[in-house]
Amino acid sequence: MRGGQGTAGARVLRFTNCRILRGGALLREDLWVRGGRVLDPEKLFFEERRVADELRDCGGCILAPGFIDVQINGGFGVDFSQAADDVGSGVDLVAQRILAHGVTAFCPTLVTSPPEVYQKVLPQIPVKPGGPHGAGVLGVHLEGPFISREKRGAHPEDHLRSFEARAFQDVLATYGPLDNVCMVTLAPELSRSPEVIRALTARGIRVSLGHSVADLRAAEEAVQSGATFITHLFNAMLPFHHRDPGIVGLLTSDRLPPGHHIFYGMISDGIHTNPAALRIAHRAHPQGLVLVTDAVPALGLGNGRHTLGQQEVEVDGLTAYVAGTRTLCGSISPMDVCVRHFLQASGCNLESALEAASLHPAQLLGLEKHKGTLDFGADAVILYKSHPTPVSWPALDARGVRVPHWRPHPSPWLRHRLCGAG
Amino acid sequence: MKLIILEHYSQASEWAAKYIRNRIIQFNPGPDKYFTLGLPTGSTPLGCYQKLIEYYKNGDLSFKYVKTFNMDEYVGLPRAHPESYHSFMWNNFFKHIDIHPENTHILDGNAADLQAECDAFEEKIKAAGGIELFVGGIGPDGHIAFNEPGSSLVSRTRVKTLAMDTILANARFFDGDLAKVPTMALTVGVGTVMDAREVMILITGAHKAFALYKAIEEGVNHMWTVSAFQQHPCTVFVCDEDATLELKVKTVKYFKGLMLVHNKLVDPLYSIKEKEREKSQSSKKPYSD
Repeated sequence: MRGGQGTAGARVLRFTNCRILRGGALLREDLWVRGGRVLDPEKLFFEERRVADELRDCGGCILAPGFIDVQINGGFGVDFSQAADDVGSGVDLVAQRILAHGVTAFCPTLVTSPPEVYQKVLPQIPVKPGGPHGAGVLGVHLEGPFISREKRGAHPEDHLRSFEARAFQDVLATYGPLDNVCMVTLAPELSRSPEVIRALTARGIRVSLGHSVADLRAAEEAVQSGATFITHLFNAMLPFHHRDPGIVGLLTSDRLPPGHHIFYGMISDGIHTNPAALRIAHRAHPQGLVLVTDAVPALGLGNGRHTLGQQEVEVDGLTAYVAGTRTLCGSISPMDVCVRHFLQASGCNLESALEAASLHPAQLLGLEKHKGTLDFGADAVILYKSHPTPVSWPALDARGVRVPHWRPHPSPWLRHRLCGAG
Repeated sequence: MKLIILEHYSQASEWAAKYIRNRIIQFNPGPDKYFTLGLPTGSTPLGCYQKLIEYYKNGDLSFKYVKTFNMDEYVGLPRAHPESYHSFMWNNFFKHIDIHPENTHILDGNAADLQAECDAFEEKIKAAGGIELFVGGIGPDGHIAFNEPGSSLVSRTRVKTLAMDTILANARFFDGDLAKVPTMALTVGVGTVMDAREVMILITGAHKAFALYKAIEEGVNHMWTVSAFQQHPCTVFVCDEDATLELKVKTVKYFKGLMLVHNKLVDPLYSIKEKEREKSQSSKKPYSD
């Protein structure tokens, strides 16, 4: 039930002695939850004349909305782009494991693949709500194959395509049905891209610009056609040039449709983007910054060779390369590490860092009424973080009565890696 | 009448809060015996509310067996509007304490039949056994609740049209736009407050000095409705130095001389820790929660 006050009969939980992220600020407020939704306690008090059924002392910690990762290729040995028969169970495994990193909803991302892979895999990844069992699936992010040959990065060259001949019909012929898709990354310089962008956005699919050699004019035209996102800013696009800033120029462009602002993905793992570049983007356009992991199947696996799409990758520490080359092919830093790195590198406050991983991706996907926020009526999917010593970001699912992860995360390595955040 | 003069707003607020705390604790409320408290809104009582919240959080005070009745509410302003007195009470007091929503009473300015709502409010006060302590503030024109100058001094809860002075003063809470300021309110009457067994009125700031002078040094006058409390058997005015600017030196000196006596009213009754110890030793609780 999508009511602001949730199910009237359900138990009311009141989280107290905490600070909550609301309206861009950390407020000393209690958080009230009923039936899996954030509740307006004033309404409860004056209209229903009820008090909470259960009081939970949070010990002074911070409560924040769950993180949303709109670009994740796999992890924990699972590769979403592998045309297996049990992609569903792989998605479930990743969904379950990323909860411990604070991610409560995500867009499984498929890299450039042949049409048969899309047609086999896509039907196996339906949109699914999250819960104690794992993060929710918001829809698949298709990164490629309609991208630039020069800026393909780790994407396999053989499978790149264009939609020159039949525009959107080519897109459909490649992907098959788009029911489970929520975002497509394409290169706007490809011929007939404006009509493809319009056709995709008309179906409620977000269009992202990336793996592209587009100049600013082409990028602006794509935004005017409906594109709203930039895939991993600075990576796999033309470098910033003062006479033609390229896609990067969208951050400060004055030729975007009125009231429209661009979001951009940022892999804030300390490797894919130099901290100075990260700060340039953040200071130019803080409201559009969306933290993404771009994580590869090696996430959570450790050093060695692993498979990504049709390729082998080599992991060394926090870096993943196409095997035998120095080409970066995605990150292996989990979202909580990205948030921490972003906080340190950008010098922004904790509120902004949290919103970059929750509110902004929710706004990008048009889900900000229910996700990425602790406003009244939103899904009560909460992370908590002890204060003042940051410890961990275990996901807390406050649906209904049970709150299974309501305790500090026991994993010592996670504890260690997060020390120093905020 | 008692006139309590403290140095500043914060001391006046604290004195008032301690007084309320002591009155509740002495009353020893319980499931069969609720303490009934009349409450104001506005900027004057904010400091007092903060102190009461502090006493609740320290464990010195509980509102579990307290019933509250608010003085007034705007007509036609949505309950959830940030300037509604419902919102004020929720944000500044109720959400921080352990009061049960069933025990709070605020007039509904959106009721279909406003006079019926007012009559029902009087009935609820009566059913609760009357008000033990009514706390109020006043406007610079000496109005108590929304009993604007000229209100009957025996008035009961009713609909009242706000005076121009009040509307102008309130405009700052409504983006400075006079068109947005409610022009009517439901308010308890002067008579309703007079019926309380005890009344405490907070008056702070130089801008209220003339009203305090009218309240206590001049005669009872319906153009300064707060002056009616000269005839109440048990009224405490709590003010700061600034509010005494229009009073006679003699008046101020007299009441300041009494502060030693009056301060006994706000002495700590007992430390809560001692109370806990007492509780564990005997079944007789000085203050049950």
